[in-house]
Amino acid sequence: MPGDSLNVNTKAVAQNTYDAIVVGSGISGGWSAKELCEKGLKTLVLERGRMVEHIKDYTDTTKDPWELTHHGSRTTQNKIDSPIQSKCYAFNEVSGHFFVKDTEHPYNQVKPFDWIRGYHVGGRSIMWGRQCYRWSDVDFGANAKDGHGVDWPIRYKDIAPWYDYVEPFVGISGSLEGLPQLPDGKFLPPMEMNCLEKQVAERINKGFADGRRMIIGRTANHTVKVGDRGPCQYRNKCHEGCPFGGYFSSNAATLPAAAKTGNMTLRPFSIVQEVIYDKDTKKAKGVRIVDTETLKTEEFYAKIIFLNASTIATASILLNSVSEVFPNGLGNSSEQVGHNLMDHHYGVGAFGESEDFEDQYFFGRRANGIYIPRFRNINDQTAQKDYVRGFGYQGGAGRGRIDIQEGIGGDYKESLTEPGKWTMGIGSWGEHLPYYDNKMTLNKDNKDKWGLPTIDIDCEFKENEKAMRKDMMNSAKEMLEKAGLKNVGTYDSAPAPGFCIHEMGTARMGNDPKTSVLNGNNQMHEVSNVFITDGACMASSACQNPSVTYMALTARACDFAVKELKKGNI
Amino acid sequence: MNRRDALSRVALLFGGSIIGAEAFLSGCKTATKYGANMNFTPDDIAYLNEIAETILPATNTPGAKEAKVGEFMTVMVKDCYEEKDQKIFMEGMGKLEDACQKQNSKSFMECTPEQRHDFLVALDKEAKDYQKSKKAEDPSHYFTMMKQLTLTGYFTSEPGATKALRYVAVPGRYEGCIPYKKGDKAWAT
Repeated sequence: MPGDSLNVNTKAVAQNTYDAIVVGSGISGGWSAKELCEKGLKTLVLERGRMVEHIKDYTDTTKDPWELTHHGSRTTQNKIDSPIQSKCYAFNEVSGHFFVKDTEHPYNQVKPFDWIRGYHVGGRSIMWGRQCYRWSDVDFGANAKDGHGVDWPIRYKDIAPWYDYVEPFVGISGSLEGLPQLPDGKFLPPMEMNCLEKQVAERINKGFADGRRMIIGRTANHTVKVGDRGPCQYRNKCHEGCPFGGYFSSNAATLPAAAKTGNMTLRPFSIVQEVIYDKDTKKAKGVRIVDTETLKTEEFYAKIIFLNASTIATASILLNSVSEVFPNGLGNSSEQVGHNLMDHHYGVGAFGESEDFEDQYFFGRRANGIYIPRFRNINDQTAQKDYVRGFGYQGGAGRGRIDIQEGIGGDYKESLTEPGKWTMGIGSWGEHLPYYDNKMTLNKDNKDKWGLPTIDIDCEFKENEKAMRKDMMNSAKEMLEKAGLKNVGTYDSAPAPGFCIHEMGTARMGNDPKTSVLNGNNQMHEVSNVFITDGACMASSACQNPSVTYMALTARACDFAVKELKKGNI
Repeated sequence: MNRRDALSRVALLFGGSIIGAEAFLSGCKTATKYGANMNFTPDDIAYLNEIAETILPATNTPGAKEAKVGEFMTVMVKDCYEEKDQKIFMEGMGKLEDACQKQNSKSFMECTPEQRHDFLVALDKEAKDYQKSKKAEDPSHYFTMMKQLTLTGYFTSEPGATKALRYVAVPGRYEGCIPYKKGDKAWAT
């Protein structure tokens, strides 16, 4: 009968239509899902990889080392399958299945760039480092102050209530310090410093006139129960997934909250190829996906779309979404999409040993360390002439087993069973400026197995980072020596960009649509119903671990988007 | 079956040419050839167990043999070593035996625990001196590899972690400063 096909078609469209679509289920996608679902929107969450169910799919994490074939070590096969991923500190015999096989997901390094990825429900929120630090106006005002990048369209007062909002749900342990450059948050009780850390903290706090401090790390490990999650059991195996729910991840926290509303549809094995633009409404009408199990493409439709695929993947979706109106990619008239790629530069610091506390030891494996907040270029007194911006330190002290190289036999064996000296190391995380020529682009000549362009990454650290790095090393040594440690040595492992796993900046926020992609509400300047709240949105990198800022921006953007939707503006 | 046929049959069985096959078939009483290929034999594992046991013997806590360190070494060399290091380890198994024959006029397996101990003390020193003087890009000494695998394997084994050291799978809390007295065991992890 005439009209049948139209009926079928209309029905199919209706079946595939939601109020909102969230692309990605990692740390920011999980928050988009939770917030939109809790605000009553029927939400489709698309994830390119497999399902990972909280606890059930944390394979082998309750095994003791001797129950594992290689007692935890990575194998030659791991290095063949995943030459890049297997270099990551968090990759081991148990956690390895949360990292992609590089051979299956190729990209092209124009310059060395280690792109660490987890393609599954929860993404890298399972293996993340869990350190959570607020930004301050030192950070949000930095671009305006020194002219690098474009001015942030927001300031601390805009995001502070949203840090307040997300932190109690995340469950971040930390101490209140009253530092202007590292605002306090809504924290769970802090973890304890050990003997040597307490001594070093006291000496650093007293030893420098610039007000620098050493504090306990602020981490999304739960020192007390957060709802039904946790508390942390101090096993220090977080990146394997926690059967106790001892730390925050999408799988443990946001996705279950979203599911509880009854409004979430989670669809794994769904790679988003592009966002579909409707030139009549001047809005995105949905997304086209390829189902990696059936290899069929399918379209889904919604009133609002949140892109949370992670910095590089989100930008690649935009660049691949070409239309008559946007021949260079969706909402990319500014030609900023894919540019201004940043990471943090790290892997540099110092270590030393202590002669004290021989009669002291510790109990438990604390999955957290200490933090030394930024102390350079935060005011006139701390201004540096060689570089702009700054860096912080993470580290920790401990008392490992004694290391005796030479020996054979019973006495040697007994000597190895004692603890050695207390030692301490600190490593620095430095800000990476936004440079237009640090970028990722699509390589249409080299496609992946789903027919999508692979990604070329062309990114480097430049003069400002190199100058800062010298200070990062020297200041580390100076602090440890001032704290009384002996045999202080320095290191610089000079990792490539990407290896810090803080990539960001490829669809930046800004006030001017000519020079930025998103406005102050993470809304695309040119496509009002598309929001980007993963690392792509960042206009600068600061030096703090970024995840909690993505979470706060996501919750804020969801609030704005739903209000606009209700007002009929989008 | 003539000798040549026998040799090629052995080669077929083991998937390639066999180092030492000639001696094996000659009927002379010669030392076992260790580390012939990556399919470690029970003899190989027993031999590695005794090397490990000499490095970390049973005392009032279990030794490396009880912790099955020999087998652990073979798994690690097979699955986790790069090819060039595999070669050095495999050849090292033969070199250690040869050196022992030279010093004690008998195989490592036939030596008394005291002889094995003294022999490995000397080899340990040789390896240490080699490691010190070698260039960074040069490979490690084979005995350094054996010893590292022994220590790793033992202290991450159940007897090593729970009896020679202290191990708590789920600590449940963290305490940053607790009293320690000389002789208390270190934490395994």
